[in-house]
Amino acid sequence: MSMLEYSSAAWARGGLLAMRSVPEAALGDRVVVRDHTGRSRSGQVIRTSADLVLVQIFEGTDNLDLERTWVRFLDKPFELALAPEVLGRVFNGVGQPRDGRPPIVARLSRNVNGASINPAARAYPREFIQTGISTIDGMNTLVRGQKLPVFSGSGLPHNRLAAQIVRQAKLLHAGKAESHGDFALVFAAMGVSHSDARFFEESFEESGVLGQVATFINLADDPPIERLILPRVALTCAEYLAFDLDMHVLVVMTDMTYYAEALREIATGKGDVPARKGFPGYLYSDLAEIYERAGRIRGKAGSITLIPVVSMPSDDITHPVPDLTGYITEGQIVLSRELAAANVQPPVAVLPSLSRLMKDGIGEGMTREDHARVASQLFASYAKAQEVRSLAAIIGAEELSEEDNRYLQFAEAFENRFVSQGEREDRSIFQTLDLAWEVLSLLPKEALTRLSEKDLDARYRQAAAE
Amino acid sequence: MSGQGSILDIQGPIVVAQLPNARTGEQVKLGKLGLMGEVIAREDARAIVQVYENTEGLRPGEPATALGEPLSVELGPGILGGIFDGLQRPLETMLKETGERIERGLVIPAIDSAKKWPFVPQEELKVGARIGGGAILGTVQENETITHRILVPPEVAGELIDLAPAGDYTVDEAIGRVRDRQGHIHKLHLSSRWPVRMPRPFSKRDHAVQPLITGQRIMDTFFPLLKGGKGAIPGPFGAGKTVLQQQIARWSDAQIVIYVGCGERGNELTEVLDTFPKLSDPRSGRPLMERTLLVANTSNMPVVAREVSVYVGMTIAEYFRDQGYDVVMVADSTSRWAEALREVAGRLGQLPVEEGYPAYLGSTLAAFYERAGRVETLSGGHGSVTLIGAVSPPGGDFSEPVTSHTKDIIQTFWALSKDLADARHYPSVDWLESFSLFVDTAARWWHENVSEDWLQLRNKSLRLLTEAEELNRIVNLVGVEALSSQQRWTLESARLVREGLLQQSALEPKDSFCSPEKQYLLLSLMIDIYNRGAEMLRLGMSVQELLRLPLLAKARRWKIAYASDELEGLKQEARDIVPLFDALRAEYASPTAKKPQEQEAGQ
Repeated sequence: MSMLEYSSAAWARGGLLAMRSVPEAALGDRVVVRDHTGRSRSGQVIRTSADLVLVQIFEGTDNLDLERTWVRFLDKPFELALAPEVLGRVFNGVGQPRDGRPPIVARLSRNVNGASINPAARAYPREFIQTGISTIDGMNTLVRGQKLPVFSGSGLPHNRLAAQIVRQAKLLHAGKAESHGDFALVFAAMGVSHSDARFFEESFEESGVLGQVATFINLADDPPIERLILPRVALTCAEYLAFDLDMHVLVVMTDMTYYAEALREIATGKGDVPARKGFPGYLYSDLAEIYERAGRIRGKAGSITLIPVVSMPSDDITHPVPDLTGYITEGQIVLSRELAAANVQPPVAVLPSLSRLMKDGIGEGMTREDHARVASQLFASYAKAQEVRSLAAIIGAEELSEEDNRYLQFAEAFENRFVSQGEREDRSIFQTLDLAWEVLSLLPKEALTRLSEKDLDARYRQAAAE
Repeated sequence: MSGQGSILDIQGPIVVAQLPNARTGEQVKLGKLGLMGEVIAREDARAIVQVYENTEGLRPGEPATALGEPLSVELGPGILGGIFDGLQRPLETMLKETGERIERGLVIPAIDSAKKWPFVPQEELKVGARIGGGAILGTVQENETITHRILVPPEVAGELIDLAPAGDYTVDEAIGRVRDRQGHIHKLHLSSRWPVRMPRPFSKRDHAVQPLITGQRIMDTFFPLLKGGKGAIPGPFGAGKTVLQQQIARWSDAQIVIYVGCGERGNELTEVLDTFPKLSDPRSGRPLMERTLLVANTSNMPVVAREVSVYVGMTIAEYFRDQGYDVVMVADSTSRWAEALREVAGRLGQLPVEEGYPAYLGSTLAAFYERAGRVETLSGGHGSVTLIGAVSPPGGDFSEPVTSHTKDIIQTFWALSKDLADARHYPSVDWLESFSLFVDTAARWWHENVSEDWLQLRNKSLRLLTEAEELNRIVNLVGVEALSSQQRWTLESARLVREGLLQQSALEPKDSFCSPEKQYLLLSLMIDIYNRGAEMLRLGMSVQELLRLPLLAKARRWKIAYASDELEGLKQEARDIVPLFDALRAEYASPTAKKPQEQEAGQ
């Protein structure tokens, strides 16, 4: 470690500090900046040449006096100290404790940028995770090692949904839930409010998992630049838990939109050419570096399942952050303001939601034999019901045909009984599928063309008749 | 020739180095880590280098070495069935040697140089013969599916002075020698190298004549692509681009499939690696992996290698084309490649034109797509490269630069729709937005090989779908009751075509692949039902009664009830329709038939 301190700052603005004549600083090197008050900040080299070195300061560049700023180059990349004791602790964006307890004693340290997983080393995720939420388990099934974001909007209950998943998620073995022992949670919060942070903490405490959670937190009033490193720090921790300690790690990250906004802030400061809405052209690659760290690795017992929360500014799903996220992740759970207003909880809009890895995690031996067809039928019938609804809005419900009226009944029942469930209601996959049959049985048999004859013989009206 | 210099400036994947005499396109090795890159511009004695690997840890002052050669791929037996990164490094070998994370600065040859291959020289070829570039020296049976033809490198011509006898050779052992006009002797090997950015030569371009049969009805029957054609699949996320691309890679009747995962999900490639060895080609019965080669640069791998990966894939595709094969190259997704171009252009401070893309986006895309085509090879045979690119328009907006430029270049456009995907209508190819310039050529093949009335039926069903779209607009304004019986029947028949024909599930074992014969049978059955129903309406049957026929629900399940090798059952269904409608006709044509007006009033 170099003890030399440089005081050759050329300029500072928007979280960036430029240093003159620093010989041979390596790209990505960690930097410690001491300001005139004696406070130290941490940073990272993001551009380097013989004449000028550009450093991004995670605590921001506010109140830096160029003449009285001393910079030390640590001659090593940004690393995170790791030990099993990270569980139960709370850290800031750069991995320093913020729970008032001493730093952990490191067993090892890892570069927070990680290295890409060789695609040939990945194991394909196919183990069903029961979240107890019908719209997810039944229609957008989550599997271990998947990255499945929640697309939400301001004021929608995405945090409650995320907390419910954390409380209820379990793996089934021959229909029975697995023990909690090898389970860990990494919670990464960027730009969240104090009250949201407290909500999560209480929720973890209540479900008794607090000792299994490593929390990385950057609050709304913390420096935004720190959000750039936070998800990388959190995922480095998750990788350690999953691939060194063989744990099944669920990572909840909220809110990726604030992350991207911090990235935009720095990019603008550097003068990068903007692509859409001022975001830099490399936003896709940057998000992918984060999301793609989820997964399973052949020959390793652990896994990383990632649930990022992405808020859609003005509920716009085509906004660059949800849009690019959707291209990288393996599906998305979309929340709907209309359903929330109609008091459907959780307000999951099933039609734009999707789980790409569902097909290999369901069916006989994993969930139930008819699962795929039931899900497909629910999607098709609900899509048709939405058409009928828009028709009814124009010509009036009394003008509808008998069959169309049954679709309206189906849609009502589907939303109020299948989609809607209490925050405390933990449904097994079998309960979910039975409920699906119950609502599907409101439709005439002939309209259920995605189910097989055998399914219909075995289950149609069975539930409704009870 | 190689030049030595040193690094001056590092910014993300762009490095400036003091490297006089370096040429653009030349490979450069950087720093103590030995990272590989490529010169993209020269300014005085400085070279601007785009680096294929993450540049973290690189320092100004470290050495830079120009290697004298542009980025090239190694071509020879042993590459099929493999998975390579964007620089053609074998990922399986990397996994064995360095573990599950990709290390930087690795140099691993694409082909195992220790492995021996059984070479059989071309029988007619005698020592002393004059041979030119592209001539076939002999063959190596690479696996049970593919015979690898060993070609004289395109730039070599002259007198064959040596040809090895049949036997086992490694790719580095000389199997022959050629003396050119100048008297230079060229050693020939089982493998050769070719620079990726230079299209491989051929004698001449030829007409594409045969449709590529993908086993997907919306493609083969409605919007066909020819072998040697260029197609694009644009669609927003979640519309099913990747599934469709994988279906093409699985079932198309090409002999070789090159699948380039460019900036996409790691798990998708894992899925291909997991499933392809277990799936067999519906024609040869052999594992699909034997004819497949994967190039993987997933979204978390360095961005510059992403840009290169499509060229690596294309050069390998051309190499098999030159052996006389029909090759399909699938690139998922070309948008990520374009974004890589944009990222580099942005870092170089080039003036952006649209949405940050550089001015040369259109010409770069066009030049790349033009490498597809059916050609007469240097050795006089025929081969083709069919290129299918996925496009990922931001926000699903098809007017964005990459989609609109691509649309100008390609010949078949399969537009995916978010609305269809949301309603779980898969493949979500929108029949109104999509087009194919190849329908007439494809019709010739269908007429010769399947049935004379293919084009007529295809056009009729498309017309039905278009009419239904119009009618739907009316229904959405005033309700279905405003339609006449015939119009309602049109609407319902279009639904039948959509559900019984257009929708095709990749997960349905009996329907994932649909042979041309089955496609035609289903098509003709749907139109037959439509025609007969329309006739019954004219005879006075009410549309409500028509819709109550159990036949309609049954017809929607035919596609999953009969696999492509169980067509007898489907033909029986076709025969059964006749007596059904005969009976109805007898009932309604008789003078005692109920009047339709009364019927409808009674509803």
